[in-house]
Amino acid sequence: MPDRHRPETTGAPVLLSVRDLNAWYGESHVLHGVNMEVRKGEVVTLLGRNGAGKTTTLRSIMGIVSKRTGDIEYEGKDLTRLPMHVIGRSGIGYVPEERGIFASLSVDENLLLPPVVRPGGMTVEQIYALFPNLQGRGSTQGTRLSGGEQQMLAIARILRTGMRLLLLDEPTEGLAPVIIEQIGVAVRALRERGFTIVLVEQNFRFASQLADRHYIMDEGKVVDMIPASELAKNSERLQRYLGV
Amino acid sequence: MSIHSSVMVDDRERRVAHPGRIAAWGLALALLAIAPFFLYPVFLMKLMCFALFACAFNLLIGYAGLLSFGHAAFFGAAAYISAHSAKVWGLSPELSILAGTACAAVLGWIIGSLAIRRQGIYFAMVTLALSQMVYFLALQLKFTGGEDGIQNVPRGMLFGVLDLGKTLNMYFFVMAIFVIGFVIIRRVVHSPYGQILKAIRENEPRAISLGYQVERYKLLAFVLSATFAGLAGATKALVFQVASLIDVQWQMSGEVILMTLLGGMGTLLGPVVGSVLVVSLESYLAESGFPVMVVIGVVFVICVMLFRKGIVGEASGWWEGRAGRKAS
Amino acid sequence: MTEFLSVAPQVLFGQLLVGLINGSFYALLSLGLAVIFGMLNIVNMAHGAFYMLSAFLGWLLLTHTGLGYWWALVLAPLTVAALGIALERCLLRHLYRLDPLYSLLFTFGIALILEGAFRHYFGVSGQAYPIPELLKGGHNLGFMFLPTYRAWVVVFSMAVCFGTWYAIERTRLGAYLRAATENPTLVQVFGINVPVMISLTYALGVGLAGLAGVLAAPIYQVSPLMGSNIIIVVFAVVVIGGMGSILGSILAGLSLGILEGLTKVYYPEASNIVVFVVMALVLMVKPTGLFGKEH
Repeated sequence: MPDRHRPETTGAPVLLSVRDLNAWYGESHVLHGVNMEVRKGEVVTLLGRNGAGKTTTLRSIMGIVSKRTGDIEYEGKDLTRLPMHVIGRSGIGYVPEERGIFASLSVDENLLLPPVVRPGGMTVEQIYALFPNLQGRGSTQGTRLSGGEQQMLAIARILRTGMRLLLLDEPTEGLAPVIIEQIGVAVRALRERGFTIVLVEQNFRFASQLADRHYIMDEGKVVDMIPASELAKNSERLQRYLGV
Repeated sequence: MSIHSSVMVDDRERRVAHPGRIAAWGLALALLAIAPFFLYPVFLMKLMCFALFACAFNLLIGYAGLLSFGHAAFFGAAAYISAHSAKVWGLSPELSILAGTACAAVLGWIIGSLAIRRQGIYFAMVTLALSQMVYFLALQLKFTGGEDGIQNVPRGMLFGVLDLGKTLNMYFFVMAIFVIGFVIIRRVVHSPYGQILKAIRENEPRAISLGYQVERYKLLAFVLSATFAGLAGATKALVFQVASLIDVQWQMSGEVILMTLLGGMGTLLGPVVGSVLVVSLESYLAESGFPVMVVIGVVFVICVMLFRKGIVGEASGWWEGRAGRKAS
Repeated sequence: MTEFLSVAPQVLFGQLLVGLINGSFYALLSLGLAVIFGMLNIVNMAHGAFYMLSAFLGWLLLTHTGLGYWWALVLAPLTVAALGIALERCLLRHLYRLDPLYSLLFTFGIALILEGAFRHYFGVSGQAYPIPELLKGGHNLGFMFLPTYRAWVVVFSMAVCFGTWYAIERTRLGAYLRAATENPTLVQVFGINVPVMISLTYALGVGLAGLAGVLAAPIYQVSPLMGSNIIIVVFAVVVIGGMGSILGSILAGLSLGILEGLTKVYYPEASNIVVFVVMALVLMVKPTGLFGKEH
């Protein structure tokens, strides 16, 4: 059941703003002017077909795609000139599509790897409360966990750092419905705690249950923005864009 | 960017026999023929031997994409066998050189079979280690003469009739070997085998999926490269009438890499240009008391940092850029 | 005491000790190579040259300032590590986006420059470096005489090796290193300055070579050739042990040194090449190396 538009986020300050973002992979021009903004405490999704540029947008924000033009501002700071590790330290946490659990690290080491960059991060106990599956797995090799558990670990390790903006790239991809439920519960809990989340998702049902607003991307551009409250009205448009 | 894609090889153009092209080769041949009357023939013979060595090495790195750090093993082993054949067994020069070359081919097959099991940098390290083993064998085995090497190697009578003790005769013999070697290498590069090698170099997984037995092709390239390196070494032993440890040392392997890198990997003329430059530079520096090793190292570093395509590579890139601009 | 396979115990244990010492150096040097290779994915052909440079720095320190072994043990590796950082930051870093063979050739060029320069000034003969006072002499163990300095070399290098292993495999900092080796982009995104880590890793690897150089000075004599003499064997050790395994390089180095020592006793002509023969055998049976993980 889609959440209604939450009043406490309408007046909140803009945490992340992306204006006219163009990006290239080598010679290939992949983003043609992405515009979006995310307010503090919001959950915003990037929807779109495969190849629309959703992951590339996240990677451009983090500075992984280095050839880019346009404005990216986080808490008023321009990110486009900063090196990757400084962007991370500014407080943006990235959970990549491939999850990125390190095989040469144990679960504990994976969990504790990202350094604390801001005060106010969750404690390990709080993280285990949110993701009980991860408890007691400490010395297991990171990649021995199941896909769902690795996804939880990938989210969990960011929570300790004090990063307040989370970029989640397809957290439910390839996971069983039961696990997707669990992740949905966790993301909702994070929302309650005041995290700001940008969610890239192909799973529309999952996205629609959590988000305040939906950005639609097509061919490297943001082509539309639909608030949660207006989803029902726009189902036809959504079908066109997403092939849903 | 891979070591092979930094090189521009346009096979299609080179295949067509333009009259201009034939004239150019003819001119080169003519110049080579009259050169000994103007420059020191022994120095020219040295250049030709090393040019052949570099061309052989280039076959492996420029066309098969494999960096061998132990080519001195083939060059030196062939030199020793050739020297020993001429001096101790009294074989005539063409047989001595044949013996040396055959030895290099066999050694190439042995070392190649082992090294091919690894890729890239491991391959380089394995070739280095195995050639160091050859060095130690050369140091310890009796027939190689240890630190002194094999000296006073007789040049002998070619086919039993032509006295190679006469410098000019030797020169044209070496020139014939160089030209034949160069032509064969060129033919190999442009042959269907060469095309498959190129395909493997550019996209090995794809070649495998197309059904090519990639390992066999690589091994053949290795053996061919070793054989011609051996030909160069065996000939050199007769030119200077000496085979020594220098021929099998790792520094020699490094030098042939530099010659090819400087001249242009993956081009046919590059190794020739590079070897001429490096040998000339070393001869010049040897007189001056300058630290040769340091200069070689500096040239290496400069080439790797700034000049990866090498002289011929850069020149042909510039040339084709011009042609492209003219056309558009 | 009885002879072992017709060899007197003094001879056997004497050679085993030599083998153990050589093995300690092989282990230290291949550890440095493995650390560099793991993080930077390059073969540091200049490794032997840094080893040699550090030994010479120790010798120069002694002959020009009178500062002895213990100063050299600290200052020389640090200097060499600093040089390594400078080289990495200014030049080597630009080659990462290319085929790793270019980095190999670059470090080879550096090795030539270093060895060539020292050859030019010092020739090819070795300079003696005295054993420090504290470590002179030795103990008679009955079956052999154990020189104190040599015992020190073995104990100290093992401590350094296992200390490094522990730091990498069991500590937080080591976790950063292992993670950055696997996925440097992601580690950077977490806020860790990976380029600085890479420089420091190169410095660590090179510093280990430098440490080996000072340890070697009183034993092997300080000569411009000492680097290239030992490094090719170390490459073979690394191929045998398998790149990318810290423990593998240590164990392979030690065992091959001992094997060399044993060969010297029973079949001396082969002692120079036994490591290469083992390498050839390993290549035929297990190409990725005894402890290797495919990189």
